[in-house]
Amino acid sequence: MNNRVWSFLVPFFSVIIALLIAAVVIILIGQNPVIAYKAMIEGAFGNIQALADTVIKTTPLILTGLAVGFGFRAGLFNIGAEGQMIMGGILATVVGMHMRGIPPLLAIPLTMIAGMLGGAVWASIAGYLKAKTGAHEVVSTIMLNWIATYISSYLITGPLAVGSGTPKSPEIAPSAKLPPIVTVGALEMTSGILISILSAVVIYIVLEKTKTGYEVKAVGFNPYAAEYGGINISKNIVMCMAISGALAGLAGALEVMGLHHRFLGTLSGGKGFDGISIALIGQNHPIGIIFASFLIAALRTGSSNMQFVGVPKHIVTIIQGIVIFLVAADRIVKTLLRFRKVKR
Amino acid sequence: MMKGIVKRFPGVLANDHVDLFVEKGEIHAIVGENGAGKTTLMKQLYGLLKPDEGEIYINGKRVEFSGPADAIKNGIGMVHQHFMLVDNLTAYENVIIGMEPRKGILLDRKKARKEVKKLSEEYGLTIDVDMKIEDMPVGLQQRVEIIKTLYRGAEILILDEPTAVLTPQETEELFEVLRRLKKSGKTIIFISHKLNEVMEISDRITVMRQGRVTGNLITSQTTPQEIARLMVGREVVLTVEKKPKEAGETLLKIEDLWVKDNRKLDVVKGVSFEVKRGEIVGIAGVAGNGQSELVEAITGLRRAERGRVLFRGEDITGYDPKRLRDLGMFHVPEDRLKRGLIVDFPAYFNTILGRHMIEPFVKSGFLNMKEIKRFSKQLFEKFDIRPRNIELLAGSFSGGNQQKIIVAREMSFSPELLVVAQPTRGLDVGAIEFIHKTLVSMRDAGVGILLISMELDEIFSLSDRILVMYEGQIMGEVRPEKTTPEEVGLMMAGKRLEEIRR
Amino acid sequence: MKILEVLWNIFSNPLFYKLTLTASTPLLFASLGGVFSEVTGVVNIALEGIMLLGAFSSVVITYYTGNVWLGFLLSIPIGIGFSWFHAWASIKWRGNQIVSATALILVAQGLTGFLMEPIFGQPGQTPYVGRIEEITLPGISSIPFIGEAIGTISPIVLIAFAMVFFAWFLIYKTPLGLRMRAVGENPEAADTLGVDVFKIRYFGVLMSGALASMGGAFLSIGEVGNFRELMTGGRGFIALAAMILGNWNPIGAMWACLMFGMSEALANQLQSSPILNVPATAKPLFNLFPFVVTLVVVAGLIGRTRPPAADGVPYEKEE
Repeated sequence: MNNRVWSFLVPFFSVIIALLIAAVVIILIGQNPVIAYKAMIEGAFGNIQALADTVIKTTPLILTGLAVGFGFRAGLFNIGAEGQMIMGGILATVVGMHMRGIPPLLAIPLTMIAGMLGGAVWASIAGYLKAKTGAHEVVSTIMLNWIATYISSYLITGPLAVGSGTPKSPEIAPSAKLPPIVTVGALEMTSGILISILSAVVIYIVLEKTKTGYEVKAVGFNPYAAEYGGINISKNIVMCMAISGALAGLAGALEVMGLHHRFLGTLSGGKGFDGISIALIGQNHPIGIIFASFLIAALRTGSSNMQFVGVPKHIVTIIQGIVIFLVAADRIVKTLLRFRKVKR
Repeated sequence: MMKGIVKRFPGVLANDHVDLFVEKGEIHAIVGENGAGKTTLMKQLYGLLKPDEGEIYINGKRVEFSGPADAIKNGIGMVHQHFMLVDNLTAYENVIIGMEPRKGILLDRKKARKEVKKLSEEYGLTIDVDMKIEDMPVGLQQRVEIIKTLYRGAEILILDEPTAVLTPQETEELFEVLRRLKKSGKTIIFISHKLNEVMEISDRITVMRQGRVTGNLITSQTTPQEIARLMVGREVVLTVEKKPKEAGETLLKIEDLWVKDNRKLDVVKGVSFEVKRGEIVGIAGVAGNGQSELVEAITGLRRAERGRVLFRGEDITGYDPKRLRDLGMFHVPEDRLKRGLIVDFPAYFNTILGRHMIEPFVKSGFLNMKEIKRFSKQLFEKFDIRPRNIELLAGSFSGGNQQKIIVAREMSFSPELLVVAQPTRGLDVGAIEFIHKTLVSMRDAGVGILLISMELDEIFSLSDRILVMYEGQIMGEVRPEKTTPEEVGLMMAGKRLEEIRR
Repeated sequence: MKILEVLWNIFSNPLFYKLTLTASTPLLFASLGGVFSEVTGVVNIALEGIMLLGAFSSVVITYYTGNVWLGFLLSIPIGIGFSWFHAWASIKWRGNQIVSATALILVAQGLTGFLMEPIFGQPGQTPYVGRIEEITLPGISSIPFIGEAIGTISPIVLIAFAMVFFAWFLIYKTPLGLRMRAVGENPEAADTLGVDVFKIRYFGVLMSGALASMGGAFLSIGEVGNFRELMTGGRGFIALAAMILGNWNPIGAMWACLMFGMSEALANQLQSSPILNVPATAKPLFNLFPFVVTLVVVAGLIGRTRPPAADGVPYEKEE
């Protein structure tokens, strides 16, 4: 069977199977899965408001998905998109706060770059450690996640705190806010989504059409041969983690600039981990990642509606976990599909 | 006795109705080139593989094995080509895995050591039972493998290419052990592609080619030529045509080079030599004497601790592979799957590996796919690489064609010096001939070639000068027409040239 | 000078050592679990998820049966069952071990959060269901200083350290242990000698499930008596770092876990020190501490410790 066909079929069927298993879980707690899923679909696409909400949620997910996916192509497991998003968000906030009086044409790119820088530097720590000492990036990025969480928690309850109630930072300057494309009710759908999609296109071009992409993929497939071919492995590792981190950092920046206009404690809220499922479902391909991000965003938006029919929104995490599990052991799905075909 | 064995692998009929008859108490050799199906056949005898068709009889009784445990129970033991040893455990621990002597639920280490020592002494396989495998030289490791089979009561021993990793002297020692085993009633099956060894040690020979048995011979009544013909199917020229040539200026100069291996031990200890234009310098030596690390240090894949590498007078010690290629030094690595190719990349990406960053393949950071594909198609034509499809992933090509891709690539950028390591490992005769012819033609065109090989025949037939490496040092330099395999063999085993010629 | 005074106060307080032991205990269980799995060659980073599940299931069982010990013991088979999925995916289906483990962590996090409302009627955390009471060790409790430190201690802590001995004995003194190590270093070699590689690897992973589960159960019904969402807080990963630090050896892992436990206890004591008046806002910075230590340790030690050679590589049998 053609490899390309499988790269679509495996994630597709993994999602279907995951939804079926989740349906069983829903039944076990005494609820009706059909009603639950109907509520989810309504919550995600039911009206223009919901659709806008889904699209808004897709924006950062495309970027974290790209971050993790790009890392995978380079042979790196970047589990730290969460922390990189936080650090990007913080740096973007700090820069954004000081953009008063500077025209948007300058302020917006500067703030975005700050976000990318924050994420890139944070990820490079793990990259440098791996290149220098061989430290496995799974453990180091996870540690950096927790460290980033605590640092940001400290900042927004301490030096950067403002007001009372939920910990938050001051607002960023108006010139650093992302202009909206369309306003639907109370929701502004900002140009963030365009930036995300553009990033996906850029990453695709880099991976498929440039020398850098060739080298990244070479290292990901076979670092020994890459070294033999004159590619500097250490530099490659750090650079790839930096790019990966920059993407996640940009996600954080966009959340700050487009959505909240300040840094909130819940900024990352699991989006970094969502990036992992998205990269896997999208098979590390930028186009697949865009679709996968939309899917996860729909699940998330829809799940808050599910609560109303008695199904806790954690079901989405469970579904994601099952999908990732099946994609990891993709032979399970492949064998199931072959069996089905033979049966016919 | 194995009758009518058929074994299929995807895309390959490895064993095509093979019959094998081995008499008790004899040394029986199975001969064939790489890929003939010998190892596959033996793996079925040892229970690692299940035959698709056919039957196996031991001492007249029909047997079916569902795993090595069954084979072991029937008195069959196998010493594999690539040793099956756990590096960080000791010799006796390796021997007892799966059949451990116990004291209650505890491991009875005392008993284990005693029994292993007894066996080793009984058959002349002296080893230190407490030494860790990773600290042992290859010859001793092989003894551990043999003891493993004897410990399990093997009456039939299968040895797969046992001399591939031994010096001529160690080979003699092994043959002594085999004769001793035969005297005590053991039956030995010996897989090899080395004709002169087979002639020396075996009683009878089964020849295989492309999955079929092409001959059953009695050793005392045959010749290497007859065996070779049955192995290959046509008359084989066992050496390559080479005209003498004047060597030119010095291209590569190694000065007192010291290199450490991955365990921080010195494996290259003060090596010095030269390679000139238009000559082939062959470095002979058994695996594990520092050749791999020497090559890695010269080609920019490993750091040198001390000493210098000079290329046309310029100190290039420590230069990375890209810079070396820029200067005209190219490298055919010993492990084509690990270093030489990226199997998940299509062929057209592999043909540019190492030069993928220069024009015309890259323009302002972007890949020029048209140019890359044109170049690759050309390469495939020139070197007759099959199948003629540059879009295929490198992993789908046969070993011979993979090696061709690598050699073709390294040759295509006008190299001044070519470092070639184990170029014909695992290849069939056709591919070997092709590579040898190619190397000689390059040398005739003025390229300097540094050849590292464990096949003495290859070294003798290709080199203009031969160096022998043993434990990280050069034991001597000779001209092939002024020396003998015995002399070289002695050097490979650690004797310096001066001592031998005294 | 203030800092020296503070440190002296902390280190001379017997309670500090008790804190160290209790903080090390969940790490110890999980770390030993990691050793079992990785010695046989299967990477299991899902410890975090299995711990979480163990913490949750022990609370649920205690809730329904009213017996904390039943809660502790019955959470073990649940941990085994959960880790079976990882074993199944990694061993039988030769899946990517890191990814399948990450998946299981997500499922554990999702499942435990999901089931809270249906079972307990409230999200976020469960009500108090009871905890395993500390016991007083006769004889020891009367020794000065040591008595105050460990005289009264949770029996689970003692079980944890007993497990270290059990693990060490099994792996280095029995035939099964020899086979486990062979399988983890060179599964092909073991296979050619008739050792069932798959069975041994299943054993390793299932043991890691049992142990990690116990570690999680200690966190909930061994200490606080209830379950809070995501209460494992990264300990599963710290346990992995301890395993690496300990060079995949149970005794080494024990020392590493004690070190991490001590850093957690230290951060805790520094935070609440009356001398070092720490503002509430700076408290998160102290929570950082164990993670930074882990990071430094993992980075600095990797070159010098050595995982089993076949760790993380699925074993393909030729058929």
